[in-house]
Amino acid sequence: MELTPLLIANARLLGGETVGLLVVDGRIAALNPAETPGSTETVDAKGQWLAPGIIDLGVFATDKPAFHFGGITRAALMPDSGPLDGAGLVERAAKGGKPDLWVHPLAAATKGLAGQELAEIGLMKQAGARAVATGRARIADAGVMRRVLSYAASLGLTVIVHAEDEGLTAGTVATDGEMATRLGLASAPAVAEAMAIARDLFLVEETGAPIHFRQVTTARGLDLVRAAKARGVPVTCGITPAHLFLSDTAIGDFRTFARLSPPLRSEDDRHACLAAIADGTIDVLASGHDPRGPEDKRLPFAEAQPGMAGAETLLAMGLQLVRDGHIAPTRLFDLLAANPARLLGLDAGRIEAGLDADVILIDEGTPWQVDAKKMAAYAGNTPFDGMPVQGRATALWKGGQRIR
Amino acid sequence: MTSSTIRPASDYPPGGDAFRHRHLTGIAQLTPWEISYVLDAAEEWVEMNRAGAAKHDDKLAGLTIINAFFENSTRTLLSFEIAGKRLGADVVNMHAAQSSVKKGETLIDTAMTLNAMRADAIVIRHASSGAVQLIADKVDCPVLNAGDGRHEHPTQALLDALTIRRRKGKVEGLTIAICGDVLHSRVARSNILALTLLGNEVRVVAPPTLIPPAIDRMHVRVFTDMDEGLNDADVVMMLRLQNERMDGAYLPSAREYHALYGLTPKRLERAKPDAIVMHPGPMNRGVEIDSSVADHPTRSTITEQVEMGVAVRMACLDILTRRKRGVPGWN
Repeated sequence: MELTPLLIANARLLGGETVGLLVVDGRIAALNPAETPGSTETVDAKGQWLAPGIIDLGVFATDKPAFHFGGITRAALMPDSGPLDGAGLVERAAKGGKPDLWVHPLAAATKGLAGQELAEIGLMKQAGARAVATGRARIADAGVMRRVLSYAASLGLTVIVHAEDEGLTAGTVATDGEMATRLGLASAPAVAEAMAIARDLFLVEETGAPIHFRQVTTARGLDLVRAAKARGVPVTCGITPAHLFLSDTAIGDFRTFARLSPPLRSEDDRHACLAAIADGTIDVLASGHDPRGPEDKRLPFAEAQPGMAGAETLLAMGLQLVRDGHIAPTRLFDLLAANPARLLGLDAGRIEAGLDADVILIDEGTPWQVDAKKMAAYAGNTPFDGMPVQGRATALWKGGQRIR
Repeated sequence: MTSSTIRPASDYPPGGDAFRHRHLTGIAQLTPWEISYVLDAAEEWVEMNRAGAAKHDDKLAGLTIINAFFENSTRTLLSFEIAGKRLGADVVNMHAAQSSVKKGETLIDTAMTLNAMRADAIVIRHASSGAVQLIADKVDCPVLNAGDGRHEHPTQALLDALTIRRRKGKVEGLTIAICGDVLHSRVARSNILALTLLGNEVRVVAPPTLIPPAIDRMHVRVFTDMDEGLNDADVVMMLRLQNERMDGAYLPSAREYHALYGLTPKRLERAKPDAIVMHPGPMNRGVEIDSSVADHPTRSTITEQVEMGVAVRMACLDILTRRKRGVPGWN
């Protein structure tokens, strides 16, 4: 299909200087072009922010309406559903969203995600897998984990892991603390995260293989990552807005929308997360999008499934970090797009001539209220239900094609 | 002594303001005066229950009470059933073992079914913390929590408070040691809330593996040494130790638990000479409590607790159905 050249004019690049962006043949042709082709269609951004489309690292469902609402143009799909442990499944998942959403499947590290035998990571890479993931749990066996790390590294793939010690967290649904005790919920100490991170960091130092902790949510876990980075260990880590804006008080009244994995932490840990996103320890901000209907959530707390529908609130919560002074807008889009792209080995996530025109316009000031009953996602399980927020994507182009 | 602890009605706000709740889901929602109000109301039922052969009142005649027990129980179910029947209500028991819950029906669907049957009150026991609140949010009638997971068991705490008040003449300013498996105990949580709220010094005494995290934030003192924990206590409240805790995961053995934490006559000497001994039942004799202590004629309150249980549950059923029955001042 022939695409008309497009000029997005009068836009503020990441909230900064006013620019014009020329898109030709689905690619970014130039910033502030001296001249435009005759047939160019012009869109007046009216001072809205221009940003790269969000690359959401680690989602559990291909939920297009939610991703498009949230300004997400690419999503890295966790291998849990399936699980994605074979080349055929990976190939199908990779085609699942095209053309208006690109899905980058994450290969299951082990067969059936059982944590015992290596999956066909090489064949899955050929089928389109961009990284390897352990799924909702970590690999309990350190020997298996070591082999996964070195094998994936030889293929140039990062291993994305969940960091919780399964011995401490077995059967638990909350973090140790006053809230869990008052509610009578089985809980695990927050150190379960740091213990898992410590083991894997030793294995990374041993093998030299890169690792990404999908969510690091505690002060001690972040301290370990920070120190490892300083030593030059190839480690990165991510977080979702839930652990930056909510602590375990949000599970009061047994609100199952706030049942997450890892569980919400103490207020002290939440502040440590904010400090880590400000000082650069955290590399990726993701939605963890995991829409779950009433059959999974309208249950007693301990019987409900963990997870949140996060795609629609990711951008607004990220902008809140900017408004609160924790990070600059440029850093926000490193967290949301540039860093995830690098981790997945994609030449994307930046506004740069030659790249696919995956771009969004953002009205950063528009106030709106999160409403679980009116979400674009196929389930409204958001822990931010009722929260007033600001900012949303008003337009979205994927490969130069306007989606919204 | 007992009736002198009843406060005059003028001590309380008029009508429904004396107890401003549609449901009884936990002690956490109650104020001290609301607890006293229930205890005072229960005293009257104690009198009636003891009065003679005819233990009947028709206050709740024509009302339907469903006891929905999703977890096995003998004594609590029986206590609620007797309480409802003595008030003249039609009482129906639903056991999880016979219900569609086992066939995969969700808890909400079960709740909606009970609601559609136009129950006037539903009493619920469930193995999962928060399950009772979940149902209470979905039905139109009052819901009474008969125990949800490790969360709360409010009528047990109320009957314990009533027992203490009758034995000690007051339930404030006392030193109360709650001993045993606090981690898994809803009885402990509700009692900690009620007894601290009423102004007592509450201690929890347990092996470290059975103490909930951050329990000190509930305004209790923590002891892992049983003898120290019992020192000068006015009330020793024992908890049941579930059999599955004794298999090595939380405790090495029942024998070792008895040696370190069992309530023996010798250990009881650490408490005040007139200290009372309580247990919510059913007891593991020879594990958490010795028979000579459990059966002590003056110090053990274990059968009195069962008696108070019926009275307290009658009071709760009466109070929570007043709006429905159109009692003046309750709307």
